[in-house]
Amino acid sequence: MNALDESVLDTREAGYNFAYLDERTKRMIRRAILKAVAIPGYQVSFGSREMPLPYGWGTGGIQITASIIGHDDVLKVIDQGADDTVNAVNIRRFFQRTTGVATTERTSAATLIQTRHRIPEIPLCEGQILVYQVPIPEPLAKLEPREAETRVLHGLAEYGLMHVKLYEDIARHGHVAATYDYPVMVDGRFLMSPSPIPKFDNPKMHMNPALQLFGAGREKRIYAVPPYTRVESLAFEDHPFEIQRWREACSMCGARDSFLDEVITDDNGARMFVCSDTDYCSLRRADSLDTTQGEDQ
Amino acid sequence: MNTAQWRYVPPPEGNDVESIAAEAGPILRASGLAKRYGARVAIEDVAFDLWPGEVLAVVGESGSGKTTLLNCISARLKPDAGQVEFLTRHEGVVDIYGLSEASRRLLARTDWGYVHQNPAEGLRMDVSAGANVGERLMSLGERHYGRIRSQAAQWLARVEMDASRIDESPVAFSGGMRQRLQIARNLVTRPRLVFMDEPTSGLDVSVQARLLDLLRTLTHHLGLACVIVTHDLAVARLLAQRMLVMKDGRVVELGLTDQVLDDPQHPYTQLLVSSVLQP
Amino acid sequence: MYVAVKGGERAIDNSCALLAEARRGDPDVPDLSIAQIEQQLRLAVDRVMAEGSLYDRELAALAIKQAAGDLVEAIFLLRAYRATLPRLADSEPIVTAAMDARRRISAVFKDLPGGQVLGPTYDYTQRLLDFSLAAEEIPVPRVQADGIAGAGGRECNEENMAGVVGLLAQEGLIETHAPRDGDPEPQDLTRQPLTFPATRSARLQNLARGDEGFLLAMGYSTQRGYAHTHPFAGEIRYGIVEVEIVPEELGFAVAIGEIEVTECQMVNQFAGSKSAPPQFTRGYGLAFGHSERKSMAMALVDRALRAEELGEAVKAPAQMQEFVLSHSDNLEASGFVQHLKLPHYVDFQSELELVRKMRAAHNQPCDGECAA
Repeated sequence: MNALDESVLDTREAGYNFAYLDERTKRMIRRAILKAVAIPGYQVSFGSREMPLPYGWGTGGIQITASIIGHDDVLKVIDQGADDTVNAVNIRRFFQRTTGVATTERTSAATLIQTRHRIPEIPLCEGQILVYQVPIPEPLAKLEPREAETRVLHGLAEYGLMHVKLYEDIARHGHVAATYDYPVMVDGRFLMSPSPIPKFDNPKMHMNPALQLFGAGREKRIYAVPPYTRVESLAFEDHPFEIQRWREACSMCGARDSFLDEVITDDNGARMFVCSDTDYCSLRRADSLDTTQGEDQ
Repeated sequence: MNTAQWRYVPPPEGNDVESIAAEAGPILRASGLAKRYGARVAIEDVAFDLWPGEVLAVVGESGSGKTTLLNCISARLKPDAGQVEFLTRHEGVVDIYGLSEASRRLLARTDWGYVHQNPAEGLRMDVSAGANVGERLMSLGERHYGRIRSQAAQWLARVEMDASRIDESPVAFSGGMRQRLQIARNLVTRPRLVFMDEPTSGLDVSVQARLLDLLRTLTHHLGLACVIVTHDLAVARLLAQRMLVMKDGRVVELGLTDQVLDDPQHPYTQLLVSSVLQP
Repeated sequence: MYVAVKGGERAIDNSCALLAEARRGDPDVPDLSIAQIEQQLRLAVDRVMAEGSLYDRELAALAIKQAAGDLVEAIFLLRAYRATLPRLADSEPIVTAAMDARRRISAVFKDLPGGQVLGPTYDYTQRLLDFSLAAEEIPVPRVQADGIAGAGGRECNEENMAGVVGLLAQEGLIETHAPRDGDPEPQDLTRQPLTFPATRSARLQNLARGDEGFLLAMGYSTQRGYAHTHPFAGEIRYGIVEVEIVPEELGFAVAIGEIEVTECQMVNQFAGSKSAPPQFTRGYGLAFGHSERKSMAMALVDRALRAEELGEAVKAPAQMQEFVLSHSDNLEASGFVQHLKLPHYVDFQSELELVRKMRAAHNQPCDGECAA
């Protein structure tokens, strides 16, 4: 350990509880989670605590993870699909220090995955939990900022306002303008914000065998999609929902079915495309090393 | 989980006056309505019946209570006393203040219409004309963009607007056009009852005349029952079969429009009628 | 050949090392002590305690040192620490009427029982940079033996320092707020989320913890006509109050310590109706430490937010509960504003694709082969 590590607060020594939160707080959050699971897509208010990371940087997701993580869990943390971005590193280190729980970069090896803005490409299984970090939980927020109003709209399932917005997009642009945080109907009842995942990822939420939990720390809301729940992206019959597609394949592993990041490689604007999901990409590359034939098409 | 104790069933195409008149009973019945603000009486002991396809004008000076009355009978303002009963399409007569909030809101955007004096209050100014007209359809589950759009275009035409302006925002429209748009937005679900609060005041005279003509045609062809609040006796004469005169919160005269205007019985009505400049 | 970006952990470690260096600054310059910050930057300490919602001068001073003087960052440190502390008891309400006041002024009466006690304040200084402070140690002129900076030198006797609001209330001139039946517990925003419409206790707690700059601007806006409430500074007091708890085993109150607070009572536009004769209305502000700007701004905004309750039309931002109370917390505001620094390239990628597609469609009329 170098001098820097010693000067950093060691939370276990300083008397913090397992996963930082006290047990009463964890219980309060778990109750909110249970309520959320019982009413798929409904936003449950909870007494969000100040955490050592700033509001807006994943405190909702962190509080959910902290309330449900156990000694035997294996944790994966990703941001923009990658394990090594600064936000993911920070959060993973937080849990390592406050729980000592095993961590992994392999989606299939994780029991608990906390994510910012992406769903892993590798399909999830029963028993896995995906925790989403949510900045703005209210899908109607940009159309109606007052919470007192949106509460009534959700209670009465009055979602005409959202369809008006979609109609307007089509009238103006020929298609729906939202490319991320694309609104969905959960179990045919509640309108939900899936968090700012690209719409490319929306279909993965539908009938997923894993439990999906959503935490908004600053806005103090938790919501959930239980396993095998209908999640349908809003659309018109004659303007169906469509995901993004690329002409290019991933430059590293050749994948044509994953979300690709654009990387600018020189000053002239030369660019290449690479899988956003680093685990998916590295697995494919490892596979292709095993076989003598490449997978380029 | 959608909580309407009263379901909306869209009407068959082509409502004609005959089939509506065949329904039994008044479409709206107000009895013993009162509303007070502290010691001040806004309305007291107001009662009337409104029949299917009938237009009733509520006339009086400002402060007479006519707007309060309109709000009480359109479920916008709960009265302190009295009842308002509405004859629904399929479920008989209901007490509108006995309905759940959800049912009232559903009623307000399906079988009822409300036309504000200031059209900006009854429109979404930040979306296109088409979206404004299509909103009720979307809120009722219509999910085919092409159908929504074509219905919106049809209704724009019916209110004598240029359907090519379907994608324009109402911000660009004149007062008269905004009012037509507001009317179209209300009528798209073929309501049987429409409330109007001074629909033509604030428009200049020639625009008023054309709009009144449109209202007359629409109420007649669609068999709309209407309650129109107005301070302008000429509007009442042109649009309404019956007229209700209010003074200081009370009904002082109620009867056939032509009779009331040509042979007013109550001294206040006489004063009102005589003070209108003769053309 | 492109290699995927790795090494985030190492980059973060290096960043922390650089931060530690930057925080310390030139090692030849003596290290700041907590005591120095606590004593000589006392107003910064007061603000950090007020918005950090934790009364502990040393911890606040430590937070300021750790945050290299960034007060919002220091407030964050204190709040995060507070969230982990066990709750031992609820105190009795502090009695500001019994305050050992260092400063007490009123703008509504020229003179009043107890006098206008000026106390230690920048209000009567001229804002000229004092270069003598740049020299190391200078003797500070001691205040006269009795330590009173009162108009007329009168003694500041807490017994005869009657509150202005109380004086007005004696004549029935100002509204009073009796606690509701059963004296229900106030809502605690650190335990339960805020809902709208907000209760009075939630509103006041939110404002007390709220960012001073934001409340200052909101309060200022009311004075400039965005919902003017005709405020008068009825009374501003700064001083020491006792904190008492009633332990179960004892059944009576015991004092556990003292804190400094600043309280502002605004006297506002009178309201009345046909049934009730007019009375002045009130706005209330309270903050830890010597925080006049904060408590005055808070009182202005408190009154503005009561618009609906008092039957006033809600027209200006300072009157909108949801607008003011949702944006007053500088931790939430700072966090969310600054979160834009986090990677957003996946969502941006989606937007890039869409804009490129729309531009392509715009530049080349579709010949039926364009992608949807």
